[in-house]
Amino acid sequence: MTAKISLRNVTKQFTVRPGKASKGAKRFQASQPGPKEPTTLTALDSLNLDVRDGEFLTLVGPSGSGKTTLLDLLAGLSTPTSGEVLVDGQPVTGPGKDRAVVFQQYALFPWRTASANVSIGLEGRGTDGRKLNRRERAAKASEYLKLVGLAGFEDRFPHELSGGMKQRVAIARSLAYEPDVLLMDEPFAALDAQTREQLQDELLRIWRATGKTIVFITHGIDEAVYLGQRVAVLSARPGRLKEIVDVDLPDRDGEDDIRSHPAFVEQRHKVWTSLHDEVRLAQDAGHRKILPDGTAPDEVRGATLERSAA
Amino acid sequence: MTTTLAQQTAASAAPKPAPAVGHSRPVETGRRSTTAILAFVRTAAARAGSGLWKAAGIIAFLALWELGPTYLASPSTRVFLPPLHVVLAAWGKLFESGTIQANLAASLTRSVSGFGAALVAGVTLGLLIAWYQRLNSVLNPLLELFRNTAALALLPVFTLLLGIGEESKISIVAYAAFFPVLLNTIAGVKTVDPLLIRAAKSLGLSSLSLFRKVILPSAVPTIFTGIRMAGTASILVLIAAEMVGAKAGLGYLIVNAQSSFLIPDMYAGILTVSLLGLAVNFLLVALERHFSRWRTAVGSGS
Repeated sequence: MTAKISLRNVTKQFTVRPGKASKGAKRFQASQPGPKEPTTLTALDSLNLDVRDGEFLTLVGPSGSGKTTLLDLLAGLSTPTSGEVLVDGQPVTGPGKDRAVVFQQYALFPWRTASANVSIGLEGRGTDGRKLNRRERAAKASEYLKLVGLAGFEDRFPHELSGGMKQRVAIARSLAYEPDVLLMDEPFAALDAQTREQLQDELLRIWRATGKTIVFITHGIDEAVYLGQRVAVLSARPGRLKEIVDVDLPDRDGEDDIRSHPAFVEQRHKVWTSLHDEVRLAQDAGHRKILPDGTAPDEVRGATLERSAA
Repeated sequence: MTTTLAQQTAASAAPKPAPAVGHSRPVETGRRSTTAILAFVRTAAARAGSGLWKAAGIIAFLALWELGPTYLASPSTRVFLPPLHVVLAAWGKLFESGTIQANLAASLTRSVSGFGAALVAGVTLGLLIAWYQRLNSVLNPLLELFRNTAALALLPVFTLLLGIGEESKISIVAYAAFFPVLLNTIAGVKTVDPLLIRAAKSLGLSSLSLFRKVILPSAVPTIFTGIRMAGTASILVLIAAEMVGAKAGLGYLIVNAQSSFLIPDMYAGILTVSLLGLAVNFLLVALERHFSRWRTAVGSGS
């Protein structure tokens, strides 16, 4: 079987700039030799991973293990320091219409209605070189809004929608231009438990209906086991592939509570054990999140606050 | 309006437990509609009341203006502070003779041309500066210097270079209106949510469409804040410029009336200026609201 996505010895390093953080940070840095020296931070270290065509792969790892970095590489939003990211055997050189990203914070364009948000990916030239006109785009947007269960919400602005509905719109937006691969970065993390469960089932339904390849990042072990055919566990920083757990569950379509099924509990425990050591390692090392622009602002406490205020 | 009404009905109906007994139903519905009407009357009264409160300040001020000079001021002061009805009469006369309109037209022409020029230049340059970091580092200190130089301080320079005709007045209005537009445009573009840019990139948007479809629309509200500030600044500077040297315009009308000792005419001119200022602000606020409808719930927005 050929792999849809292949990661070959992928390493990603960031140059962390010494941040102009709080006074405490400055004092801390001054005590270090060469405070202005940028440091190198390895987010992913020779990672190898294959994702099969049409597979639902979930990815768990402690915070700072480079989950988002990995997703950025797959999306083409950044390039690996070394190694190769292949989609359909072709190296990824940038964002493409064959891949779509769903972000945790929805990232809807607040000045566009739900329908206009969904159709933004359709406004350029399609793969066949043809441009859709306004009515065709609206029709397609309606079709995908219906798929995510939001028929009749075409003209609503994002601020008029709940968190769950916003994420549905975001999913519709990424499906609308018909990519083969859906990359999801903790898409349900900001939702309440009930909405999350509902959207998980919807996502499984959509996945079955469309046959997309899905790479789903999460920090929820339950979610990873519930959704994924395989769960990839990343190690603490620098991120390496620690283990892949095959999830073998009875049909998830059923009405019964799959989460209390013995097989689910067993596989959940397997993932938990694998992840647990890494989480502790990451905690002891005080690992931080790396932002897309290559800074790790919470390298020093307080710097995050400053950033969010800016 | 319909929604508020519906909400009121719902709200007034909600607290009552539904009666279990059948025969009490007509009474219940009757009472329900009565409470709905009562609630409506109450809110209408409250709305009128709050309107009255808002108008109270203005009414008190006008009353003081009308009665104060007659009963409180000394006769010598009364000459310089005529009661409201005298001013309104003077305004009526000026309007009839077309003086107000002519001067208003002169002022409007200047402020609209100056403001328009500032708008085009400010937004264009602002977008360029925000987009090209290099340009920003070169121009920023210079802009800071100019921005912190009061526009009116430069009025003599403009007059010397461009004469006392229209050019100097339009230029100074443009100059004063330029900076709020420019700085807010830069700020608007720079504060675009990086997540939205990431999302747009992942959707495969080219640089040009990224700019046109993401950066520009998300900067629009901030740009409009600048435009509104520019509107206020342009009127302020224009009136001052017209007071210093002009042959027409509201500023000229005011100063000319003062020096000709036509005190009620002077106040009529001042009244016109404040009404013009209000109208301009109202127009710009309405425009701003139209262009940022999506922003109604900023706090809860994504």
